[in-house]
Amino acid sequence: MIKLFSLKQQKKDGEQLARTGQQKKASAAQLRIQKDINELNLPKTCATEFPDPNDLLNFKLTICPDEGFYRNGRFVFSFRVGPNYPHEPPKVKCETQVYHPNIDLEGNVCLNILREDWNPVLTISSIVYGLQFLFLEPNPEDPLNKEAADQLQSNRALFERNVLRAMQGHTVGDTQFEACLK
Amino acid sequence: MAADILSVLSGSPNPLTSLNSKRWNSLRHILERPGPFCKSDFTASAENLEALQTVLKILVIGAGGLGCELLKDLAMMGFGNLHVIDMDTIELSNLNRQFLFRRKDLGLSKAECAARFINERVPTCHVTSHFAKIQDFDESFYSQFHIIVCGLDSIVARRWINGMLISMLDYNEDGSVDPSTIIPLIDGGTEGFKGNARVILPGLTSCIECTLDLFPPQVTYPLCTIANTPRLPEHCIEYVKIIQWEKENPFSAPLDGDDPQHVAWVYERSLERANQYNISGITYRLVQGVIKNIIPAVASTNAVIAAACATEVFKLGTSCYDNMNNYMNFNDIEGIYTYTYPPEKSDTCLACSNTPQDLNVDDPNTTTLDDLIKILCESQRFQLKSPGLTTIIDGKNKTLYMSAVKSIEQQTRANLTMSLAELGLYDGASIMVSDVNMPTTIQLILKYHPNEVEMK
Repeated sequence: MIKLFSLKQQKKDGEQLARTGQQKKASAAQLRIQKDINELNLPKTCATEFPDPNDLLNFKLTICPDEGFYRNGRFVFSFRVGPNYPHEPPKVKCETQVYHPNIDLEGNVCLNILREDWNPVLTISSIVYGLQFLFLEPNPEDPLNKEAADQLQSNRALFERNVLRAMQGHTVGDTQFEACLK
Repeated sequence: MAADILSVLSGSPNPLTSLNSKRWNSLRHILERPGPFCKSDFTASAENLEALQTVLKILVIGAGGLGCELLKDLAMMGFGNLHVIDMDTIELSNLNRQFLFRRKDLGLSKAECAARFINERVPTCHVTSHFAKIQDFDESFYSQFHIIVCGLDSIVARRWINGMLISMLDYNEDGSVDPSTIIPLIDGGTEGFKGNARVILPGLTSCIECTLDLFPPQVTYPLCTIANTPRLPEHCIEYVKIIQWEKENPFSAPLDGDDPQHVAWVYERSLERANQYNISGITYRLVQGVIKNIIPAVASTNAVIAAACATEVFKLGTSCYDNMNNYMNFNDIEGIYTYTYPPEKSDTCLACSNTPQDLNVDDPNTTTLDDLIKILCESQRFQLKSPGLTTIIDGKNKTLYMSAVKSIEQQTRANLTMSLAELGLYDGASIMVSDVNMPTTIQLILKYHPNEVEMK
């Protein structure tokens, strides 16, 4: 066992500051997100936007599906990465109002890896792929927008028309959607 | 003898009289006798007690359930110079176990009240209080302490102080830690009848970040269950907390679990929702518990864990015995169970595996960022592919260059042709480098050698 300190030695205030080149160390969340972002390999339907390139913890993701119900739509998600990342998942919200079984009108997203199945080995890329999958395969079994889910299960053709109407900025049911076609 | 009692009663700080006091007899048995189990650097002598009283400076983080116990234990064990930090104020529900507080103290600072209580009660100990967040202090503050002991209820705070102590380490040229820069961290934690105590020697043993998966994950429910098929009262409360609050924003403020009006609003809405789904069991207390993520606290668990932590502080401070190695689990739900083992230090730990390495640069005025990236890619030592680089300037993160994301690449491309000096990178500045060829982000310290031949 090594000797950690001598009792006869008083600690002096600020003694360590005198060392050269001392500076704040990047947090663990910061180190990890830097690695995630540096290795982001996005599918061609997705793009990220960092309003402040010095802030890697807050950014936006745009998904423009090229197939499925939502092809030609343009959907923006906001990502907020907290100090506990990757112990806790980032907070992800859909900023584009969308008619979707797994996304409600407030932008909450029901994706298992964003909540109960999050695991620190997952990365920002995993979430991007998860979100992209939601647009290709909306899952009516796990609804957040129950009307949309019921529609998808009972009448696929009508569901598809509703999705298109919503993306064109028309009303579906009582809700007026914003146009989000490319 | 009479003088001793007088000095104790009057709170006289005269260390010589109080050092002879009868109250230290038990400690003397340990500190003034050699023994087969003592550490090799231990010398039995009266100076040990004097050091405990006058030299050792201990920081207690948190003045809650564990903190009250710790302050009491350390003060009674002969430590004479304690500091305590806590950002919280005293609530009614604290009084059953946080015994340094009384009803009249409600609403006051925990740190200040705890310090006042110990100072009045234990004349051989002086506690300095800090009614603040740990993040309010920098390393000039933390470096004044010999040992830091934590009684925290938050993982974020543990990670922060852990990261702070690791960032204060100095490394020798062979990559080993300079032992004089190590400030041991003793961490206690409890949850109901379970608890743990551990000794962290930053840079030598596993740290908080190495063993992050030991912490219980936060209870989360699938959003769709909460929204459509609630079965538990908690589902209804979570629904109001996550979805309804944001939608209706009744007080035009974020939800505050300490504001009774907010809790009452959530309680009423949760009850309505529970009735719709025929779910019973919504109570005001449960609502408060779910909103604030309240963890049940048991006074006896706190006492056991704090005692284990205080003993470790004593052993480290006096060298009288080897430290616990290094993580103790405690459980007294049925009978009593403890197990102590040393979790392994992780090679890929984001906080402590990362020995900062020097990166030598000839002249910061002629070396551009692009040159630096070339060095990282072409040198035998690094062999990187497309490194992303960031730094911290004046406490703020700055992205130097990153090619993977178009918007960042465009906004940082101009940095490539700037010299290191122009970018504000001084001699000794550290840069964080990530690359696909490395498992974690590494830290490099820039070392400038302008106009001199680099010696190998």
